[in-house]
Formats: sequence, structure tokens, C-alpha cells
Amino acid sequence: MKKSVFFGALAATTLVSGMALAGTLDDVKARGELLCGSNTGLTGFGNPDASGNWTGFDVDLCRAVAAAVLGDPNKVKFVPTTGETRFTALQSGEVDLLVRNSTWTSSRDSELALDFVAVNYYDGQGFMVKKDLGVSSAKELDGATVCIQTGTTTELNLADFFKQNNITYQPVTVADDSEAQRQYLAGACDAYTTDASGLAASRATMPDAENHIILPEIISKEPLGPVVRHGDNQWGDIVRWTFFALLIAEEKGVTKANVEEVLASSADEEVKRLLGASGDMGVKFGLDNAAFKNAIAAVGNYGEVFARNIGEGTTINLARGLNALWTQGGLQYAPPFR
Amino acid sequence: MAESFTRSEMLPPLPPPVTERGAIKWMRENLFSTPLNIALTVLGALVVYWLIAAALPWWLNSVWNASSLGECRQIVEANAGPGATGACWAMIRERWHQFLFGFYPPPEWWRPILAFGLLFAALAPVLFAGQKRNLTIVLGGVLVYLVVTLYLAGAPALPFALSLVLIVGMLALAQIQPGRLLWFTLLYPALCFWLLWGGSVWSPIVAMAGFAILYAVFRLASPLIGLAPAAGAGIVVAVVWWLYLDKTVVDLLQGVLPFGLQSINSDQFGGFLLAIVIGVTGITFSLPIGILLALGRQSDMLIVKSLSVGFIEFVRGVPLITLLFTASLLLQYFLPPGTNFDIILRVIILVTFFAAAYLAEVIRGGLAALPRGQYEAADALGLDYWRAQRLIILPQALKISIPAIVSTFIGLFKDTTLVAFVGLMDPLKGVTQIVRADINWKGIYWEPYIFVGVIFFVICFGMSRYSMYLERKLKTDHR
Repeated sequence: MKKSVFFGALAATTLVSGMALAGTLDDVKARGELLCGSNTGLTGFGNPDASGNWTGFDVDLCRAVAAAVLGDPNKVKFVPTTGETRFTALQSGEVDLLVRNSTWTSSRDSELALDFVAVNYYDGQGFMVKKDLGVSSAKELDGATVCIQTGTTTELNLADFFKQNNITYQPVTVADDSEAQRQYLAGACDAYTTDASGLAASRATMPDAENHIILPEIISKEPLGPVVRHGDNQWGDIVRWTFFALLIAEEKGVTKANVEEVLASSADEEVKRLLGASGDMGVKFGLDNAAFKNAIAAVGNYGEVFARNIGEGTTINLARGLNALWTQGGLQYAPPFR
Repeated sequence: MAESFTRSEMLPPLPPPVTERGAIKWMRENLFSTPLNIALTVLGALVVYWLIAAALPWWLNSVWNASSLGECRQIVEANAGPGATGACWAMIRERWHQFLFGFYPPPEWWRPILAFGLLFAALAPVLFAGQKRNLTIVLGGVLVYLVVTLYLAGAPALPFALSLVLIVGMLALAQIQPGRLLWFTLLYPALCFWLLWGGSVWSPIVAMAGFAILYAVFRLASPLIGLAPAAGAGIVVAVVWWLYLDKTVVDLLQGVLPFGLQSINSDQFGGFLLAIVIGVTGITFSLPIGILLALGRQSDMLIVKSLSVGFIEFVRGVPLITLLFTASLLLQYFLPPGTNFDIILRVIILVTFFAAAYLAEVIRGGLAALPRGQYEAADALGLDYWRAQRLIILPQALKISIPAIVSTFIGLFKDTTLVAFVGLMDPLKGVTQIVRADINWKGIYWEPYIFVGVIFFVICFGMSRYSMYLERKLKTDHR
């Protein structure tokens, strides 16, 4: 008797709470906090500083979404996820959104039932070598030893690249980035390969950066972007358009500093719709009409986010490259805001 | 006349020849006795020299004041010339608090510090049962530690004063009735939980009241319905209390007498705070569970025996990382969506199970080592099962198993670093990784490992010395 009551109650609880599972947007609003899956620490893209405040390129996108949804860029909790736990954390609802330099691939879209809603950074795998090796192209790396992190897509890309070019290499497998940098500097390998942004960050902090070059070949496509759960399209739209809002802001010259001024004075209809001065675009997303204005006011436009965290002038010193706006020869292109 | 010489006094003894005394004799005997030994000695000396020559400049050129790794390198080059290497302890100077506390807010640091000090005060009555001298030493040490660290951490006056009064009171009690100190040990888990996580003061009190209710029901019902059913009834009532009444009562009391500490979320725990919370909780709970499992495995009752064997073999059969992933990922699928089941709690539970399974086998080894006569003697005295275990079997079995038990504990404590794989901030990988992700410290390699390694060594070495002390103290044979 007691047992059957217990199991009945258990089943009922499960059922009720299952039905109570509302959309992610309602969950976030009810919680008053956005749960953002982040990297456990990746230079320039997301890491906590000495006082525990998260900063970085990916982190700023989380803050923009929090500002759009909740009106406050600080109402976000960063949940560090490892390469192994990230997608499960998203699927199981432990995080609302994953912005963790994850590459958009078809199997992640289909098999893992995730939605990549945008690409906030176009990366690609590159090589770094010592200058005195006298190599100027990755195709000259025949017979080289290459430091490579195990269990990553970069390992597969590397094998493909060398096979296609009919040259051989000797892999030196390492566990993580710091290990790789150490092995490479100690001369255990001739070349170090990982995402180009990671190579730039490693090179920037080497004691003799001028003695190392990053080879021009990029051997893979690594479109990194925010990920949401499959099936909650309203939430996916919000994340996608928060990112696009930052792109449009850059395109239209709206910055963190001048957003209020533009709001008051702009005659550009798209800007007015974006900032919520005309129309009800924000409300159509289920948000406040000033949602996207809040996002821009919180972190600035895409260009500012890039420049502040990883752009030229920072220690990492990455050029915009593929991540320039389409008007400047890059790939970052937002659909019209109407 | 012929002179005759006769010695009237003894000559003073001559010192042994120079090759037969002191350092030279020792070296001849131990280092250069055979050609092989000579070769090995020279080789060893070369290796030692090479190690020191390689590492010493790095230690001597240590930099303590800098804001980035690049600045460290500049200072080293300026002091020791180009190409010189040096340790960059400036990183530890800037980030030590993340290695110790994770993201725990700085104004609240006094809470983990206090909890850590009180941990020793709570352990002392167990570790040094009834020994006034050792108790006084430990409690005195805790007192000094608390005065210094709480002052440094800027603890508020009230908790500062209260904790000092508590320790002084315990010191006094230790002189009169050291046995009574165990009460503090019993209350400590609730106190520690409240100090670390904060929130209403009533939550731990009401939760502890559940145990009081369990005991009361057991005492009242046992004359009426017998021991085992009474224990079952007590557990049922206590579980009902925890599941359904706990929250209401806490809210009620909090409404009447609002008093509490600022709540700290589990995700702000990190570094050694996290390692020690998981390690100490795991150690504390795995020992009794391990003992029960070991007894269960030896039981004649089929269900108890097969459950124990199944549990032990299953848990020992899978790696700890698998269990951690289960805690982090799988449990979320099984629980109703939206359930907020604390990740640290989930990890603690599975780490405890893991250690309990290993301990059960260690203790079973101790049980098996007891001569059969001990069991028969207990039976002959007419003791029932639990009395026999408590008074005769377990004290001997546990004594035999001490080294292996402590080994398991040390292993468990070191295994807490594996929680990095589920995204928690353990000191070795988690904190090191976020420090290295900072562009200022990217590329730093040995320093965080050395810092964390030294602290781990101190703690594990302490445990191992205690186990040796305990073995000496409990040694009753005359071998």
C-alpha cells in the first residue's frame, strides 16, 4: 500500500512537472537569470578574472541575450562546461544557451538535436612553426612532427590535410592547450596546430613571439556559434536576432556610447525599429520593445565586442578577416530587421 | 744498573684510523664499497647535480611582484640577464584566493575559514578520544588559527567573538569532561553546511530536528513494537518530516525570527574549498556505509548479502569518472525537468558511494583476518549480533585495516580533482585552467601545479602521519 502510494506520487510529480515545462523564454523570465553554458576558460573568448567576473567574446553574447531578455546584462550565470559535458548540459536543461566556441556541424544539428542559431566567429585550423624552420607553407611540412590535442576535430582535419597533399607527419598528442604550447616551445614538435584564434593567443604570450609564424593555410572551416535546444524556436529566434542586432548596430554605426543619442535622433527606419523607437519588433519576439537597444547598450555592437576582447590592439591581436561585416569583405551578414 | 720501564698508567686510546671512522668510513661502506657501487654513486651524484643545476636558477630568480607573465619575464631578464628563466609566483600572489576559495565572495571568506577551523575542533574528540593533552593541543591550535585567520579575513565582530567563546568553552570542557565534546562533533555537519551555503539559520536546525524525531519515535515505539520495526517507523516519520514539513516549518520560523547568512550558490565554490568539502564529506559518510556494506556482504541473509555484493561489485567495477558523468549528466535526465538538484551534492553522493565500496572490501579484509575464535567467543558470551560486532569484532577488524582505510581516504581526497571533468572548479585543473585562460597568465606552466601539489602533499602527509600515530597507539601486541 505504502509503496504504491509512493510510486503513484512519484509518477504524478514527474507528469505534472513534465507538463509544466514551458518555453525557455518563460523559464528564464521566471528565474530572473539566464543560464549560459560557457567554456571552463578560453583566452579571449570567456574566462573569469581575479575577482570572478567573466569576460570575453562569447561571454559578451550571453550578456547581450540577458540584457535583451531580462533588461540587465548581469543577470546571467555562467555554467562552465567541458568539451564532454557541453551538449548534454544543454539537452538536459542545465543551461538555456551554450556559447562555447562550438563548431557548427551537420551531425550536431541532426543527431544531437541542437540548433546552431548563428555564427559569431568564423575560425579555422592553422599551423604555427618556428621561423628558423624555414617553412612558409603548410604543404612544406612533409615529415614534420606536429603537436595536436587528442580527441578533437582538429586531429581528424590534420589527418585529412596531410593525406590529401600526399605528405607525411608524426603526431605528438597532448592533453590541452598549455601542454601543447609547452611541448612546442621545448622543441618536441616542429609545428603546433589548433584553431587560428587559439594559435594567435598562444603566440601573443610566448617569450619570443617574433620567432614564430602562423602559416597562411587554414585547413578547416570552424564556424563557432551559440547553440540552443532543438524545438524551442521562439528562444532560438531571440538568441539569433540578439546576435543580428549587434551586427546591424555595427553596420549602422550604433555603438554602446551613442545608442541613446541615436535612439533620440536617428531618421533611419531600420535603426528605429531595431532600437524600439517605432514598430513593435521586440514585442513580436515576446520581449520588451527596447530589448535589442538594451543588448547594444550593454555590450556595444559586434565590432566593439570583437575589438574589446580579441581584436587588434588587444594582446591576442586578431584581424577581423572573415569576421568583418559583409560590407567590408567579411562573412558577417544580418538579414533585414523588419 | 739496567733501567726498567714499566707503564704506570694506561695510554689514552688512539682514534681509529682515518679510513675507519666518521664520514669516510660511512662513505667507504655505503657509497664506494664495490666498483658497481662507485659507478652508481658517481652517476647518482651527477643526476642530483644536473637536477639542481637545472632547477635552482629557476627557483632563485622567482618573481613575486608582477601583473602578467610577460612582466615576470622582463623582471627575470633584467635581474639575471637574457635567456634566464625564473618562477613567476606573482600569479599565485594575484590568484591564490581562487585556488583556495574559487568564486566565494571575499567579504564572506571568514565562513569557510571558520568552518575549516571548527572541522578540527569537531574531529579532535573523535581522533583523540578522551586524551586531554592532545585535545588541548588541537583546540589551542584551532584557537590560534581562528584568531589569526579571522582577523586577516576581516570577519564581523559577532561571529568572531562567538567562535572564540565556543573554542574556549570547548577547551575548558576538554579539561573536565572530554567525552562531552562529541556533542559538538554531532552538531558540526549542520553548522558547517549553514556556514558554507548560508541561508536561514533554521534550515540546518529543522533538518537536525528530523534526527531528533527519528530518535524519539524509536525510543517511544521500541518497547511496543520491537527494535527493528521501531527503527523503521522512526525513519519513515523522519523522512516525512524532511520531505513535507521541513520547508513549511523553516519558513514559519524564519518569519517569526529572521536570522541567517547570505546565501552562497554551489557554483561559487571552487579550489581547495570544493576539494575539502567533497573529500571530508565523502570520507565521513563512506566509513559507516562501508562498514555496513562489509557486514552485509558477510551476512547470512540472502537479500542483504546479494544487495551488498551487487552494490560493491557494481561501483568498484566502473571508473570514478563514469560515476561523475552520471552525477553530472545522467541524473538530470532521470529527474523531472526543472529539478534543481545541486551539482556538488550529486557529486558528493557518488564519490561517497565510490569510496564506500572500496572501504567495504578493505574492512572485509580486516574481518576475514580475525581468527574464528573471536566470533565464537562473542557467541559464547551470549552477545547479540550488533553487540558482538560493536564490542568484539569491529574494533579488532578496523584496527587491522587502518593503513588501508587511510590509503582509501587519501585516494578519495586526491580523486576529488577529477570533478574538473564535469565542469566544477577543482584546484588542480579547474582553477589552473581559468588562470591560464587569462591573457596575462597564459603560458604559465609549473607554478600552479607546484602550489597545488604542495598543499595536497601537506594534507595527505598529515593524514598518513595520523594513521601511523593511531597504529602505534592501538598496538596491543608485543611483537
